Amino acid sequence: MVEKKARYQNRIELLQGTLDLLILQTLQWGPQHGYGISVAIRNRSGELLQVDTGSLYPALHRLEKQKWIKAEWRISENKQRAKFYQLTSAGKKQLTRERSKWSQLSDAIAGVLQPGEK
Amino acid sequence: MSFWWRKRREEELDAEVRSHLEMAARERMERGKTAEEAEHAARREFGNVGLVREVTRDAWGWGALDRLMQDLRFGLRILAKSPGFTAVAILTLALGIGANTALFSVVNGVLLNPLPYPEPEQLVELRESKPNFATGSISYPNFLDWQKDNRTFASMAIVRGNRSFTLTGLGEAEQVDAVFMSTGFFEQLGVNPVLGRAFAPGEDRIGAAPTVMITGGFWKRKLGSAQDILGKSLTLDGRGYTIIGIIPASFDLLGSLRTPEMYVPIGQWSNPLLMNRAAGLGIGGIGRLKPGVTVQQARADMERVTQNLAAAYPETDKGIGAAVIPLRKWLLGSVEPFLLVLFGAVGFVLLIACVNVANLLLARSTGRAHEFAIRAALGAGQGRIVRQLLTESMLLAVIGGGLGVLLAAAGTRAALGVLPTTLLRATDVVVDGRVLLFAGSISLLAGICFGLVPALKTRKPGVHETLKEGGRGGSGARHRAQGALVAAEMALALVLLIGAGLMVRTLAALWNVNPGFEANKVMTFGFSLPPSMRNASPEAIRAKLREVHDKFQAAPGVQGVAFSWGATPLQGDDEWLFWIDGQPKPASESEMNWAIDYVVDYDYLRIMGIPLKSGRFFTAQDDEHAARVAVVDEVLANQFFAGQSAIGKHLHLSGGEILEIVGVVGHVKQWGLDTDDKETLRAQLYTPFMQLPAKGIGGGAGVVVRSDQPAAVFQSIRQANNQMSSEQVVFGAQTMSEVIASSLAERRFSMILFGIFAGLALLLASIGIYGVVSYLAGQRTHEIGIRMALGAKQTDVLRMVLGAGMKMTVIGIFIGLLAALGLTRLMANLLFGVSATDPLTFVGVGTILAIVALAACHVPARRATRVDPVVALRYE
Repeated sequence: MVEKKARYQNRIELLQGTLDLLILQTLQWGPQHGYGISVAIRNRSGELLQVDTGSLYPALHRLEKQKWIKAEWRISENKQRAKFYQLTSAGKKQLTRERSKWSQLSDAIAGVLQPGEK
Repeated sequence: MSFWWRKRREEELDAEVRSHLEMAARERMERGKTAEEAEHAARREFGNVGLVREVTRDAWGWGALDRLMQDLRFGLRILAKSPGFTAVAILTLALGIGANTALFSVVNGVLLNPLPYPEPEQLVELRESKPNFATGSISYPNFLDWQKDNRTFASMAIVRGNRSFTLTGLGEAEQVDAVFMSTGFFEQLGVNPVLGRAFAPGEDRIGAAPTVMITGGFWKRKLGSAQDILGKSLTLDGRGYTIIGIIPASFDLLGSLRTPEMYVPIGQWSNPLLMNRAAGLGIGGIGRLKPGVTVQQARADMERVTQNLAAAYPETDKGIGAAVIPLRKWLLGSVEPFLLVLFGAVGFVLLIACVNVANLLLARSTGRAHEFAIRAALGAGQGRIVRQLLTESMLLAVIGGGLGVLLAAAGTRAALGVLPTTLLRATDVVVDGRVLLFAGSISLLAGICFGLVPALKTRKPGVHETLKEGGRGGSGARHRAQGALVAAEMALALVLLIGAGLMVRTLAALWNVNPGFEANKVMTFGFSLPPSMRNASPEAIRAKLREVHDKFQAAPGVQGVAFSWGATPLQGDDEWLFWIDGQPKPASESEMNWAIDYVVDYDYLRIMGIPLKSGRFFTAQDDEHAARVAVVDEVLANQFFAGQSAIGKHLHLSGGEILEIVGVVGHVKQWGLDTDDKETLRAQLYTPFMQLPAKGIGGGAGVVVRSDQPAAVFQSIRQANNQMSSEQVVFGAQTMSEVIASSLAERRFSMILFGIFAGLALLLASIGIYGVVSYLAGQRTHEIGIRMALGAKQTDVLRMVLGAGMKMTVIGIFIGLLAALGLTRLMANLLFGVSATDPLTFVGVGTILAIVALAACHVPARRATRVDPVVALRYE
């Protein structure tokens, strides 16, 4: 019971960090609304990454609270009112940090995995 | 961040989710789905809208408050669902918190609030320390020298209370309580007159023109609050006093026995002893230290001053020092221990209330174990469940606390009615902000205390076990916790009961103390001659007094009347200095012997019911023309004439008179039933009233009356008095029984409160053990059914259930006895005639508690024996 809970928490932790990076990266190409972000991540990952709305919206609101992104109500290209998120300058710096952290992590993981595959 | 900000964000979040769903649906429609299909698919893809909203709200950082509101709503629902449990729990808490709040408001008003004067920490009580009195009267000449010679006081003033004047020329003649004081007294306490001014320097000197300050109360009562009153004259004891100022009605001269209505400069006191350096006239002083001066420095300074005086006036001032006592300690020193012990006791009541509610919650949480297991299975975190339980107990605590404050407000008002008048500043006892803060704090603390035990216990059992048990619940650990709580409750109750028992035994011992006279047949009052008699000849005054005596004697219901001057048992003391004839005259007054003097009529002994031990008492012939005689008490006789007869011996008084001892009588407990034995000055000396110089009795005297109805007889005396003269006043009637009762007031008050607290504790503890034993027996119905089906008799079942209850009781009583052994020592100075570890009280009270607990367990035990095995086994 306790173990299960701990594993569950780990998954959330990992996803959260990664999701923040993915959102910030997506917004670098321009302001986007929540639905647009989820579609963009799905398309760019070759349909591999399905973003759960229950994670996406809390992440968006958290990033907004940390002032890395800011929100604004606009009319979409389909003439629909939607809340558009946009990177702030602090958000851009955060994205750079997150990216370098991610590449370090993936390098490290790759390093660990390689000798085993030989 | 307001509620409105939050509401707008909620709406925005709704709109955001809606736009997400619309966009998702629209894209699907563009790919050729029907509107309905597209909408369903978009919703499916989105997931649980409510959940998404909730987790997003969590990201705002406001989840905690939200959850709290949720917990509160749920908690209220749960409490409303079991009104019986809720009512018992809330009532228990309200009693505990209410009793504590009420007592705290007394402690707050009396002990915690600063004295109602500016910079009260600079104020000290000043007294002369003498061989027989650690805090004796200051003589006026010594005071004048203290004032002149000290270096550490910003100011000093003296007061002599408990004086009264006959007021004439303003309606019916009456006796008005007054205080003599020196100039600067009101300035020192920061009291400003509402009208006029305070006494000017020099106005307090002997020979100054008579002036008077009146209180706002007197101003209103006798003068209709007229604004043009300054400069007008009041006739007091036949002399005109100019009104110079009005003291606010709110001013309270702390420590004065009666509330005075006027203040008169000390120089107006026509007492021939006023300028006598050795006289003890009941004068007290108050001083204000210079800023930055400590009490120790002031003491050292006064030590120097008094030593110089002793060197200058060895005959009167040898061995006389100055007592410098912080005013707060002087005024509150005697009530502090009483209040603190009571406060400790009432804390125990709250603890028992908490334990009781904890037990109730524990029993109920067992019933709810199934609910918690299901919630845990559905994903509620353990922390969340604990928080929910704590919220529920907090709710109980807050509601109980609120009700408790209401109880306290009502209870405090009732308690003030029985508060002893000696408990100073009782008017300050109100439910103020600090009291509310206290009530709030103890409520929350109590909530955490009694909520935490069951909450943590609930956390223990795993989900599987509880669900498997099928809601039958009840693990051994929880039963042990309940047993421990009941034992704790019994222990706490026992400590309180023992405390109450010791107080009861103290009061009983005090009531059995023989005061040395028959209190239940005697009353006393004050009498003053018409002011016009004041300057009459000694013969005229004595003739008038004899006439008054005969008139009073003839009043219906009166069995005897005697004038009395000097000391009155338990009321006021007066001392004379003497040496034994045949011994050399002591060099100074402080080396003379002291005796309490009673200057009384010949009938006094019979009226008071004091036993004659040998010789004779006075007769009507021991008057101003006869040789001067005296009667002494056994203490004086034993102290100065041990092994020989005192009768026929002679005493020299410090004033020069020689008295022959003609009789020995029993000792009277002048200093009070409890403390008299411990005093050093106990020798008593009686002299005939008519042999007192007429100058001393010109104003009036005390009167003691013997009657079968001491409370009612004053009415007929008042009638007899008014028939004689409209300017002759009788006042201050008191029966001796009242005097004795009020001397025990503090102890009686403590005993009553202790009794109430102990009663509450006993009730709560009985409910506690009854509840737990009932509950445990109920849980074992199944087992009992099996036992009975297998042939157990009713007595076996009875013994089993009773045994479980009595085990907790015995453990509790054992712990309680040990705790009481340690704790009752703290109340040792409240006790009289009984030891703090009195075995009889300990054993007796322990037995009573055991019997009550047995009775409380017996009810559920009997119920258990009536279990029908068939029903019990079919059940479940």
